[in-house]
Amino acid sequence: MKKKLNGKVSGLEKRRAVTGYLFISPFIIGFLLFMVKPMFQSLYMSFCDVQVGAGSFEMIRNGIYNYKYAFRVDPDYSRLLVEGFTRMIVYSLAIMVFAFFVSLILNQEFHGRALVRAIFFLPVILSSGVILGLETDNSVIAQMHATVEDSMNNVSVTAVLESILRTAGVGTRAYETVFELIDNIYDIALASGIQIIVFLSGLQTIPKSMYEAASIEGCTAWESLWKVTFPMVSSIFLVNWVYTIVDFCMRSDNEVMTKITDTMVDQLNYGLSSAMAWCYFLLTIIFLAISSFLISRRVYYYE
Amino acid sequence: MSNTAVMSAPADTGMVKKKSKNKPKMSALKKKKVAMNTFISIVRFILLFGLCFMIIQPILNKISVSFMTEGDLYDPVVINIPAHFTTENYQLAAKLMSYKTAIKNSFFTSLTIGLLQVAVCTLVGYGFARYEFPLKKLWFGCVLLMIIIPPQIMSTSLYLHFKFFDVMGIFKLIKGDTINLRGSILPYYLMSAGCMGLKNGLYIYLIRQFFRNIPKELEEAAYVDGAGTLKTFIIIMLPDAKPILTSCFLFSFVWQWTDGFYSRMFLGNLKLVSTALSSIADDLSTYIASQTGVQSTVSVAYSNCILSTGTLMIILPLIILYLFAQKGFVESLSSTGIKM
Repeated sequence: MKKKLNGKVSGLEKRRAVTGYLFISPFIIGFLLFMVKPMFQSLYMSFCDVQVGAGSFEMIRNGIYNYKYAFRVDPDYSRLLVEGFTRMIVYSLAIMVFAFFVSLILNQEFHGRALVRAIFFLPVILSSGVILGLETDNSVIAQMHATVEDSMNNVSVTAVLESILRTAGVGTRAYETVFELIDNIYDIALASGIQIIVFLSGLQTIPKSMYEAASIEGCTAWESLWKVTFPMVSSIFLVNWVYTIVDFCMRSDNEVMTKITDTMVDQLNYGLSSAMAWCYFLLTIIFLAISSFLISRRVYYYE
Repeated sequence: MSNTAVMSAPADTGMVKKKSKNKPKMSALKKKKVAMNTFISIVRFILLFGLCFMIIQPILNKISVSFMTEGDLYDPVVINIPAHFTTENYQLAAKLMSYKTAIKNSFFTSLTIGLLQVAVCTLVGYGFARYEFPLKKLWFGCVLLMIIIPPQIMSTSLYLHFKFFDVMGIFKLIKGDTINLRGSILPYYLMSAGCMGLKNGLYIYLIRQFFRNIPKELEEAAYVDGAGTLKTFIIIMLPDAKPILTSCFLFSFVWQWTDGFYSRMFLGNLKLVSTALSSIADDLSTYIASQTGVQSTVSVAYSNCILSTGTLMIILPLIILYLFAQKGFVESLSSTGIKM
């Protein structure tokens, strides 16, 4: 210790550096042991045929066989991958728009705001983990209800609108996506609890004086939304986008993930499931990197 | 409605100045404004009411279904209010999930794991926020990477890692065999101690964000007064961080409570509410088969009814927790000021 203090400033810095490392040491150890090692192992496994015997497991190299198998032979994987990705993109966009919109409303002053905020945050707690997966199982019941409604000639507004637009026949694919989103607005509301809170925290940091200045300059509320609010929370958009994508990947009702776990637990095909997981992960990372790069170019940092 | 009151106040002061000339014009403008604001608040009310109802409705629906007898489920006349009120579903669900032990186990696990995770993440977050050391950016990049990487990707490897657990071949040397740690709770504690639990990267991030906003002078004053590193951390810093720590703990508790992935992976043998719930439908059919002695498939409606009841029973503690600690969940998260 004494020797270190010889060069006074650098000694102190050194000591602080050591203390800093001590503080984050649990993370470093955990990261190396439970993250880096398993990751490399699973990467290696994806190039192997893993055979589990009694008391040990063997790994026999077999090149890119697992990858070939996943894409060429396995009947579901490629389809699930494509479906999962389109779903992810569409839903993430919808969640962002929904969360931003709701947080704009919840940022206004009105009676019962605390209650409404509490309700919007409820899904974060109640629809996490296993419950989310079980919730989707109820689709059978929902379908039953739908058939009952059809047979009873109950007409819903959206259904009528849908049929009108469908007969008009303009850009059917785009409409289909929109209809799907509207039908699943419940899922979107459930998934956007955290995002709403994060947006709210961003909205609250915008100084009131900015809006006053804008309104004196003759901005309408609509204009100041785009010229003041939007740039000021643009960095929050980036945070939320990343969070939404990551959250989507880890949801328990994600079909690709279910497929991977099934391959591992039921079929005991560790190599194949590693290969599948890696493909999915790499694609997600690439997508995340590109999209965040595109967003971050538009982010406006106000200091 | 309060909106209109606030908005009309500046208009009033404006009126005092130009009272004599512009009075009729101003009042017309004011009327327009009031009408506009009323309109906006009505629209807002309808919209929010609809959305809130949509979020709460499934819970209400579950409550009504959980009190119905099997006959009521098929009865087209019965929609929301059960005709034959019964609590049998609750008894059956409790039996199938072995509710008492499951809830005790879950409570214990979530509590200890939550405390452990928050304690470790606080240390790490504090280290990242207040100290300068070489390669800091790299390590923080690792934290961000950890948030992004889904744990499922390493699941295969971790699965085998803990199934044939060994520390550098020591156990194999002594006992001649590796230890199967799968199904015991120990690996999960180990992982939590290494910040690798469920969403721990997020907690580190939030806690770091919080500590970064505490002024440096506070820390320096403590040093000048002769407090050591540890003392400063415990006496000066921790009490300030209480709100963020509470909310991290609450998140950790709740997410652990409902988590299926880690529970299935590591805590297979332990009866937890989350694992019990996810297998309740299968349990139901085995139970009925064992009761009647006939192998038959349970109707979708009935198994869904039991599932709803089970879900309700599991989220009930969480709802109570949320009612009491709602501020802890939301407020500190929105006050940290999350930035990229």
